[in-house]
Amino acid sequence: MKVRFKQRSIIPGFGLALGFTLLYLCLIVLIPLSATFLKTSTLTWHEFVRIATAPRAIASYRLSFGGSLIGALVNLFFGVLVAWVLVRYEFPLKRLLDSLVDLPFALPTAVAGIALTTIYAPNGWLGHPFAALGIRTAYSQLGVVIAMTFIGLPFVVRTVQPVLEDLDKELEEAAASLGAGRWQTFRRVLLPSILPAALTGFTLAFARAVGEYGSVIFIAGNMPMKTEITPLLIITKLQEYDYRGATALAVVMLIASFVMLLAVNIVQKWSARQRQLDDPRADSSAGAPSSAPLLIAEGGR
Amino acid sequence: MAASIPWITPNRAVPRPHIATKATTEPTLVRWLLIAVAIIFLGAFLLLPLGVVFGTAFEKGLRFYFASLSEPDALAAIKLTLLAAGIAVPMNLVFGVAAAWVIGKFEFFGKSVLITLIDLPFSVSPVVSGLIYVLLFGLQGFLGPWLIAHNIRIIFAVPGIVLATIFVTFPFVARELLPMVQAQGNDEEEAALTLGASGWQTFFRVTLPNVKWALVYGVILCNARAMGEFGAVSVVSGHIRGLTNTMPLHIEILYNDYQFVAAFAVASLLALLALMTLLVKSIVEWKAGQQLAEQATAGEEMGQ
Repeated sequence: MKVRFKQRSIIPGFGLALGFTLLYLCLIVLIPLSATFLKTSTLTWHEFVRIATAPRAIASYRLSFGGSLIGALVNLFFGVLVAWVLVRYEFPLKRLLDSLVDLPFALPTAVAGIALTTIYAPNGWLGHPFAALGIRTAYSQLGVVIAMTFIGLPFVVRTVQPVLEDLDKELEEAAASLGAGRWQTFRRVLLPSILPAALTGFTLAFARAVGEYGSVIFIAGNMPMKTEITPLLIITKLQEYDYRGATALAVVMLIASFVMLLAVNIVQKWSARQRQLDDPRADSSAGAPSSAPLLIAEGGR
Repeated sequence: MAASIPWITPNRAVPRPHIATKATTEPTLVRWLLIAVAIIFLGAFLLLPLGVVFGTAFEKGLRFYFASLSEPDALAAIKLTLLAAGIAVPMNLVFGVAAAWVIGKFEFFGKSVLITLIDLPFSVSPVVSGLIYVLLFGLQGFLGPWLIAHNIRIIFAVPGIVLATIFVTFPFVARELLPMVQAQGNDEEEAALTLGASGWQTFFRVTLPNVKWALVYGVILCNARAMGEFGAVSVVSGHIRGLTNTMPLHIEILYNDYQFVAAFAVASLLALLALMTLLVKSIVEWKAGQQLAEQATAGEEMGQ
């Protein structure tokens, strides 16, 4: 019979490090965040619902969440494409473009905002041709979607790239030897492997775009009920000293953020479990399921 | 661990190049089509904005460029940005190291809750990040009356800006360090302790050198975000020219005043910072890959 004793670690510094960590966390994060919820508790439930569902607020949710959704979908499609091209092909400027993919993450949002506005303004490099076609890019909802696409660009690319790099070539070769065409192989062997990572990137891009302020307000136009994003509405309420209204909207955004954080966690757990189920021997960083060639041999379902 | 943004792990091993054979690659036409689409997409979204920033900044020549940067309000903005980053980054560095130490080297109840809490500022919108400090320290805030009574100004003054910057850059160093510290394990520290090293000696001479690249990486990311933060600082700032404007806020003012070239001149400094961040990221990835490779060969040589 094995007897196990719980050993105390000999590594020092537990108390000091934990104490400092908790203190700093409370002072900077927890206490200010709880001030928000405390302030909201001064509102009755009816007041809160009234503020959170006011027409102007709903219009801003539609723009913030809807625009982010479209931007994230665009990034889902093009992100997978770009990741594929960066991993599989060689071409001039590849290393430069690969490093630049992280630019939306590193570039300050105000700089991105004015740059995008200048490009898509009616007399801008890209805005001019679009205006000639009668499409309004800057100062419209399309402009908001463009900015949100910019913001989320690195997320899908960077989640999918490692998975693509780790994919085993043998699976594709097996598929090819069993008679699959290239598109069939991609659709049935490769796509399922990268789908979890792509979905993680999609959710991250969506979450980031929803809360985005700096990149969007320059190009948006900021007309209430039409091109006003929720963060801007919060700031407007603050400037009118409507602290309770601003707080109510902030709580709505916080709840949305927590839900999306939860969604990302669930997607990640699901994808980890998928990989374990498909191949219990595989180490969790590998991508492709080992049952794929059988699916193709069955002649496609 | 809560949602991890994957690009910021510098220990991505050097990827195996894909050796194209006829069976595992697409027809040439399809390949070049895909490459073209990718280049156009990336060019439109990445290269164009960079081009516009630097192109417009220098539109009126070098003299105007330097004149815009040495204008008193611009200089004050640069100084305030450097001050805010100069306080936020070291504080979050110390916190990040402490958090990585306690989470990476010990087991205790509530560890995953702690990790999630540390990740919170990441998922909060910048405007909300600023709002929570206004609710705490503002005129109508919880501590408002007390602060007025003691003549301390936090909101619409520099301390508020520094606090908001600390909040939004809170998790960066911790998130970068934690995977590395966890991957290193406790063996080397325990060996050092049995050989008679004190706690601090172990920390500085054993732990830190092992995670130095992740540390550098976390610090530059933290710095980039600290200098570039706009939404949160905009809420707490008060926008007083020459006093409570950071560089991003100053850019906004210049742009709204239709002084486009001056706005882009200041923006070009921040864009340069972003490019340097990306450059350091590439170097760190390469160095960390080297370090991993060295550790692997050292392990083989010792017959592990």
